[in-house]
Amino acid sequence: MTNPILVDYLRWIVLAPLLGAAINGLAGAWLQKRVGRHAVTAVALLPIGIAFALAVKGFLQLLSIEPEQRFLLDSVSKWMHIGHLKVDMAFWLDPLSSMMTLVITGIGGLIHLYSVGYMSEEPSYWRYFTYLNLFTAAMLTLVLGDSLLTMFVGWEGVGLCSYALIGFWHREWANASAGSKAFITNRVGDFGFVLGMFGLFWALDRTGQGTVVFRELAQRVHLLDGQTIAGLAAATFVTLMMFVGATGKSAQIPLYVWLPDAMAGPTPVSALIHAATMVTAGVYMICRLNFLFDMAPTTLHVVAAIGTLTAFFAATIGVAQWDIKKVLAYSTVSQLGFMFIAMGVGAYTTGVFHLFTHAFFKACLFLGSGSVIHALHHEQDMRHMGGLKKYMPITFWTFLLSTLALCGIPPFAGFFSKDEILWKAFSSPLGSPVLWAIGTLTAGFTAFYMFRQVFLVFYGEYRGSPGGHGHGHDDHGDDHGHATTAHDDGHGHGGHHGDPHESPALMTIPLVILALGAVLTGFLNVPGALGGHHVFDQWLAPVIAKAAHGEGHGAHGAPAAVARGHGVEAAVEHEAKVLEHDLETVEHDVEDATWEYLLMAVSVTVAFGGILLAWLMYRRKSLDPSTFSEAWSGGPYRAVYNKYWIDELYDATVIRGTLALSNLLATFDRVVVDGIVNGAGWVVRQVSALEGAFDRGVVDGLVNLVGSTSLALGNRARALQTGHIYSYLYAIVIGVVVVMFARLL
Amino acid sequence: MEIGLNHYLVVGLLVFLAGVFTVLTRRNAIGVLMGVELVLNSANINYIAFSRFGTGGLEGQIFSIFVIMLAAAEAAIGLAIVLGIYRKFQTIDVEEVDSLRG
Repeated sequence: MTNPILVDYLRWIVLAPLLGAAINGLAGAWLQKRVGRHAVTAVALLPIGIAFALAVKGFLQLLSIEPEQRFLLDSVSKWMHIGHLKVDMAFWLDPLSSMMTLVITGIGGLIHLYSVGYMSEEPSYWRYFTYLNLFTAAMLTLVLGDSLLTMFVGWEGVGLCSYALIGFWHREWANASAGSKAFITNRVGDFGFVLGMFGLFWALDRTGQGTVVFRELAQRVHLLDGQTIAGLAAATFVTLMMFVGATGKSAQIPLYVWLPDAMAGPTPVSALIHAATMVTAGVYMICRLNFLFDMAPTTLHVVAAIGTLTAFFAATIGVAQWDIKKVLAYSTVSQLGFMFIAMGVGAYTTGVFHLFTHAFFKACLFLGSGSVIHALHHEQDMRHMGGLKKYMPITFWTFLLSTLALCGIPPFAGFFSKDEILWKAFSSPLGSPVLWAIGTLTAGFTAFYMFRQVFLVFYGEYRGSPGGHGHGHDDHGDDHGHATTAHDDGHGHGGHHGDPHESPALMTIPLVILALGAVLTGFLNVPGALGGHHVFDQWLAPVIAKAAHGEGHGAHGAPAAVARGHGVEAAVEHEAKVLEHDLETVEHDVEDATWEYLLMAVSVTVAFGGILLAWLMYRRKSLDPSTFSEAWSGGPYRAVYNKYWIDELYDATVIRGTLALSNLLATFDRVVVDGIVNGAGWVVRQVSALEGAFDRGVVDGLVNLVGSTSLALGNRARALQTGHIYSYLYAIVIGVVVVMFARLL
Repeated sequence: MEIGLNHYLVVGLLVFLAGVFTVLTRRNAIGVLMGVELVLNSANINYIAFSRFGTGGLEGQIFSIFVIMLAAAEAAIGLAIVLGIYRKFQTIDVEEVDSLRG
């Protein structure tokens, strides 16, 4: 990474949505009332369009430069320069942030478009788009920020906006509390992020090289060698803390609990935040700091373990959910787990590639479920759906294609990305067959629950009540009824008769585009074993320290760090090494190709097995689901259905614990602290009373005594003052006589 | 008979007593003022007499001139006060003016 190319348009990628949010936030209510919804729509959509255009411009500019030089910088202003800490408000565009920006503005734009249709009946239309624009601006700050601190601004911003959007229909307690849950859970992770950032700066500052700017970090990170924080190697400590941040944002164990509840928000929000953008922040951050994570193999093991566990865990929960969005939510948690597996085995580009493809098909799935929910008037229980294929063909086909992509069926996008992860989990020096086995099993679960969903929703007979509006929200089973206030039954769909209907074009067009993405994006990164060239990996190569070339050659940390440490010559040398690596890789690929084919075949077979099982149980119905749900006297099923009671566990431990502690502290406060304070008050009061009595009795008494004495004397003396001149004169004469006689005597 | 210091002192005493008597007996404010003048003049007679027969030089005469001047000023102020009293109370009878009574 050499000198950046300075540009001045990157700031507008962030500022445009921010401006949109500002205008709609300040004047949106007025606009909506006086000018109409289309004005709000224009204010909201135009900035996203501008941001997307600029993102494309940046991407094209990057394409026109040599791969090693792909680095645009837009330094807006000085931000804080305190001691060694020098942070500027600056945005940078490198292959990684360029890819993320395209995803955020591209898919985000489609979701904005979809929202216009989905939220068309919403009274607080302007508020929704304000949040959505603000969220986009925050997310773009997160990916474009050129330092950890700028990233953190976006990191917090998306947390805040996700709180606002999840609790968008805040009149219902469940929604508002889901928003709070997301926010608070994220805060726990953010604390880790902050600690990691502080630790990193502090450790570097001990060598006089403190910085939080990414490009400087990449060069100075080797200074962490040999340093320790809290008894851990500095790099391990920092990365572990950063990973805690990532588990919060990207919904990994143990902080994943907020994501399923976050489905309380409007469905496009789920698509934008909980599929395509915010939840990928953790993955992005790890990929961005890959040079740091490379130095901490311990952390990478933890990341891989947590990722695997989360992927499997969430997938099993997804099997037993009835809420159409909950299934997708757990699927998202599970897929994020896959991305973390990739991160944990050092295959950063592979993880990011899965992030990329997942953004398309999961956004499409969420929007598809939104389309279904919209058509069924906010019915979310899959037991009340069915047979929608004939009513909503576009939704059905796009949903099916995305499902195939998610299940990893070739040649859809998910196949390439997920299989690559499984292959890396197996073959990377950090990986192991165990990771692969669990991952593959998870893929089977994924295929099962996704096709269970497809069969339940789109096949068979429609099981909803023919009146359409009739069913209340109390039968949701999960207490997340949606916005009855904003979407009272019988709103705008006058003349609606029982049957569900296809959504308007505004909603189906994004679905079609995303489905195309779900089908095609996989070809961006066809593995060598299938005759591809890893285009995507090569695009990201300059970002990744060891450039993901060597499958199995990743000598961790030291060589790459040294290469970065020593300027241009070393970089050239490094490049030469990379080329060597390439050659080796080719040879290696040939050796490994057999294994790769084998593993591919296994995972695809497992996926088909899952689909077959779903088909037997929910389509052909020759296999009764209850044979599984009642196995081992229903224990496992109940565990899965109740999400392993994790929420209850947290409630019993963390929340109750906090409450109990608070109560204890409150009691302590009341009894001891208040006691001391009140005691002090009492003593002061008593002393004051005593003092008051003394004051009244003695001091006032003296004063009054003087006063009353004077008064009495005066009363006597006033008799002397007769006012008659002659009496004074007599006194004078008598005085004179007395004086004279005194002399004589 | 040689007229000596004692004769002057007796005259002075008589004038003084006449002055005091006037001051004490007159109810008219102007009369009171006139009595005060007599008292002052008796003092003057004493000053002059001691100046003439004593050994003190001219101090007694200078003092008596001071006293005359003082008496003139006192008369002027006293008459002004009497006029003020008349305006306020429509009388100059000192018996009836007693608003300074304590």
